[in-house]
Amino acid sequence: MSKVDLAQFHKAFYEESLDGLDAMEQALLALDEGAEDPELINVVFRAAHSIKGGAATFGFTDVAAFTHVAENLMDEVRSGRRPMAKAVVELLLRSGDTVRDMLSLSMAGQPAATAESQALLAELSAMVSGHAAAPVVAVAKAAAAAEAIEGWDIAFRPFDYLLKSGNDPARMFRELEALGPLAVTCDASKLPALADMDAESSYLGWTLSLDAGAKRAAVEGVFDWVDGDCDLTVTPRIAAPAPVAEVAAAAAAPVAAAAPRAVRDPAANSESSSVRVGIEKIDTLINLVGELVITQSMLSQFNDGVDASQLEMLRHGLAQLGRHTRELQESVMSIRMLPISTVFNRFPRLVRDLAQKLDKKVVLDMRGETTELDKTVLEKIGDPLVHLVRNAIDHGLEMPDKRVAAGKGDTGTLRLEAFHRGGSIVVEVADNGAGLNREAIVAKAIQRGIITTGEGMSDEAVSDLIFEAGFSTAAATTDLSGRGVGMDVVRRNVMDLGGTVAIRSVQGSGTTFTITLPLTLAIIDGLTAAVGDEIYIVPLVSIIESVQVKPDTVRSVAGGGELFRFRDNWMPIVRLFDVFGCAGQRRAVDEGIVIVVEGEGTRIGLFVDELIGQQQAVVKSLEANYRRVTGISGATILADGSVALIADVTGLVRMQARRKAA
Amino acid sequence: MNQQANSATAAPEEAAQYLTVNLGNEEYGVDILAVREIRGWTPVTRIPQAPGYVLGVLNLRGAIVPVLDLRLRFGLAREEYTATTVTVIVMVNGRQFGVVVDAVSDVVEVAPGDVRPVPDMGTTVDTEYLKGLTSVAERMVLLLDVDRLLQPQDAQMLEAALASSDVKAVA
Repeated sequence: MSKVDLAQFHKAFYEESLDGLDAMEQALLALDEGAEDPELINVVFRAAHSIKGGAATFGFTDVAAFTHVAENLMDEVRSGRRPMAKAVVELLLRSGDTVRDMLSLSMAGQPAATAESQALLAELSAMVSGHAAAPVVAVAKAAAAAEAIEGWDIAFRPFDYLLKSGNDPARMFRELEALGPLAVTCDASKLPALADMDAESSYLGWTLSLDAGAKRAAVEGVFDWVDGDCDLTVTPRIAAPAPVAEVAAAAAAPVAAAAPRAVRDPAANSESSSVRVGIEKIDTLINLVGELVITQSMLSQFNDGVDASQLEMLRHGLAQLGRHTRELQESVMSIRMLPISTVFNRFPRLVRDLAQKLDKKVVLDMRGETTELDKTVLEKIGDPLVHLVRNAIDHGLEMPDKRVAAGKGDTGTLRLEAFHRGGSIVVEVADNGAGLNREAIVAKAIQRGIITTGEGMSDEAVSDLIFEAGFSTAAATTDLSGRGVGMDVVRRNVMDLGGTVAIRSVQGSGTTFTITLPLTLAIIDGLTAAVGDEIYIVPLVSIIESVQVKPDTVRSVAGGGELFRFRDNWMPIVRLFDVFGCAGQRRAVDEGIVIVVEGEGTRIGLFVDELIGQQQAVVKSLEANYRRVTGISGATILADGSVALIADVTGLVRMQARRKAA
Repeated sequence: MNQQANSATAAPEEAAQYLTVNLGNEEYGVDILAVREIRGWTPVTRIPQAPGYVLGVLNLRGAIVPVLDLRLRFGLAREEYTATTVTVIVMVNGRQFGVVVDAVSDVVEVAPGDVRPVPDMGTTVDTEYLKGLTSVAERMVLLLDVDRLLQPQDAQMLEAALASSDVKAVA
C-alpha cells in the first residue's frame, strides 16, 4: 500500500492550528476578564485537543507532547477540579504563544522544542496536579527519564465502533512501523459468523511487538486519536538501567526525530496564500451560475433570429442577464472580502499585555468587527493599526493617578471601530487620554528643522506634523513605541493602499486617528476628465479639489512651466495634454479645469479640458499584455466598452519633480 | 539571421498551418497556433509614450490588449481603415496583442521543407520579423515571426525606460 504523503496536509493543519490558537486566546482573555461561561473553557480545551491530535498525526511530536500537558491542565479546569485562576490563564496564554512558535518552527522544518518551550512545559507539568493527570505526566517524565528500552509490547483491542470514528488500525500500524521493526499478531477470536457480522464494526484485536527503543510518547502518540475508544496497554521491554548521563541525550532525541520529518516537505515553506470562504458565499455563487445558465438557454432560442412578437421576451432575457451578471460580479468580489475581525482579534491580547507592562488601566472597546475588507488591504493594515494602538496606550493614555488628577476615571478607554462610509471603510483608533500636546509638537518640529515657528498654525496643521519622518514626541524612547516604524510609516502604508489618515485631537480629552480605506484595490472611485479628444480617469482619493483658474493667477516660468496661485501657495500646473501627447485641441488655461491632486505629500495641479463625471472604475492591468507606462497606473473599461486610462498621480508628481530638477 | 533559418528548418516534420493576411500587394503568413481571433477594426484608445506603430489598446472581453499596425511596423504608408480592415489577435508567450492588417485571405498548409530562408531582398519589410518565405499556388507568402513583432526593441525600450526612471521596483 502506498504511503499517503501527509506533508500535503501540513499547511492546512498549520492554518487550522493558528485559528484554534486564536480562538483559545480570545476565550482565555474573556475568562481573564472574569467571564464564567463553561463554553469558553470548552473552547480552550477543544483547541488544545485538536492541535495535539493533529500534531501527533503529522509527526510533530514535540508540539503534541506540549499541548497534551496543556490539554490536561484544561481538563482539570473543565471538570471543576481546579479553578480558572489568573495564574492558569497567564500560563495558558504563554503556552499558546509557545505553541505558535513551535508550530512555525515545525513548519520551517526545524526542531520545535526550544529551551523556552521545555521550561514552559516543566511549568505546566508542575501545575497539573499529581495523579489525576498521571499518564500525561508519565509521558513527560518518561521522556526525561532515559530508560534504556529495547522495545515495546502493545496489546490493542479497539471497541467495536472504532472504525466509525474514522480511525484505521492499519494506518496506526504503519506509523508504528516507522519507529522500528514491528511484528503484528491478530486475534480474530471475537469474529462472529459471517451472517451476524456488521461490516462497519471492528471485531479484531492485535498484539504488537515493536523492536525499537522508541520513546513512550512516540508509541502512545500513535494511539492518541483512539484514546478512550479501545483497550490499550503499552509495556516496555527494558534491558538494563541506563546511566544518568544519558538524560541529556534522550531529551534531545525527540527533537532529532521530529526534524527530518518536517524537512521532507519543502513545499510547506512556499508562501501560497489562500482564502477561507464561507460555504454560503459559495452556494450563492452556484445559484447565480445556475440562473445564468438558465438565462443563457433562454436567450439561445433567439439564435435563428427574432421576430417582432418575441422582442419583449428578448428584452426580458437581456435584462435578466444583466442583473445576474452584476450579482455574480458582486459575489465574486465578496469572496476576497474578509471581516476586519481577523485583524482586530490580535488587539485584546496586545492591549492586555501592554497595559500590564505599563501599569495602566485600559478597556478595549471594539466595534464593527464584521465590517468586510479586501484581503490584500487587510493584510497590509495590520501593522499600521498595531502601531497606532501601541502609541495610544504608550503615549496617549495617562497613568491611573494622572487620570484621576485630571478628573477622569482611572481606567482609560481605547476604541477600535470599523464602519462603512460612502464607498470607503473607515477604521478609527480613539483614546480618551491626554491628547496631543501642541507645545511639545511645535517645539520638537522646530528642533528638527521641520518648521521655523508654530505661530499661526492651525491645530490640524500641528497634528499633521507627527506624520513627518523621524518625528517622535516621547521624552524617553520606550521599549513599546518610539522605535522602528514611526507615524510617517503608518501614513505611507495607508497611502500605499489608496487610503488617508487624519488626526483629531483635543488636549486633555483624547486623540482619534481616522483611517479611510478603499473597499477594494480592484475598483477605484475616479473622476472622468476629457483631455483633447481623449478621456482619462483621476483616482478620487488623491484629489484635493478642482478649480477653475483665472489667467491672472497663472505665471509662466522659464522652460515653459506654469505655476498658479492656490490658497497662498504657488503650485505647478501639469497639463495632461502635453504629458500624454494627446490628440485634439490644446486649450488655454482659463478654458479648462485644474484638478489639485496630492501624491507623496506633494501637490500639483492637473490641467484637463473638462470634468465629465464620477464613476467607479474596475482597474485593469496594462502590463499583462503590454508594459508599464509612466504616468498611467492602469486602464479601465467605460460603459460603452471602450478603454480609458487611469492617471497615476504619484507617477505624475515624480515626473514633475524630475522635470524641475532637470 | 542564421538563427531564423535554423528555426525554420528545425520546425516539426508535419506541415504547419498559416493564416495569410494581406498588406498592400504582399501576402504574409501568421502561424495559426498563435492566432486567437480575427475581428473587424474597431477604434482603440491611444496610449502615451508608445512607439508610432502601437495604435493603442482595446477591450477584449475585459482584458486590455495592445494593438499594432503591421503597415506602420514595417514602415509602409498608412492606409485608411475600411470595412475589410481586420485586427488579428495573437497570443505569444502568454501575452495577447492585436495586429491590424488590410485583410485576411486564406489558411495554407506549409510543409517544413517548403520554407526557404529569406534572401536579403528588395521588400519593403525589414527581414528581422520574417522567419522564412514559401510559395503557395504561385503566390509568395512571407512567414511572420510573430514573437518578434512586439519584441525585442520594445523589451529593450522598456528596460531603458525603467533604468532611466528612478521609480522603485514594483512590489
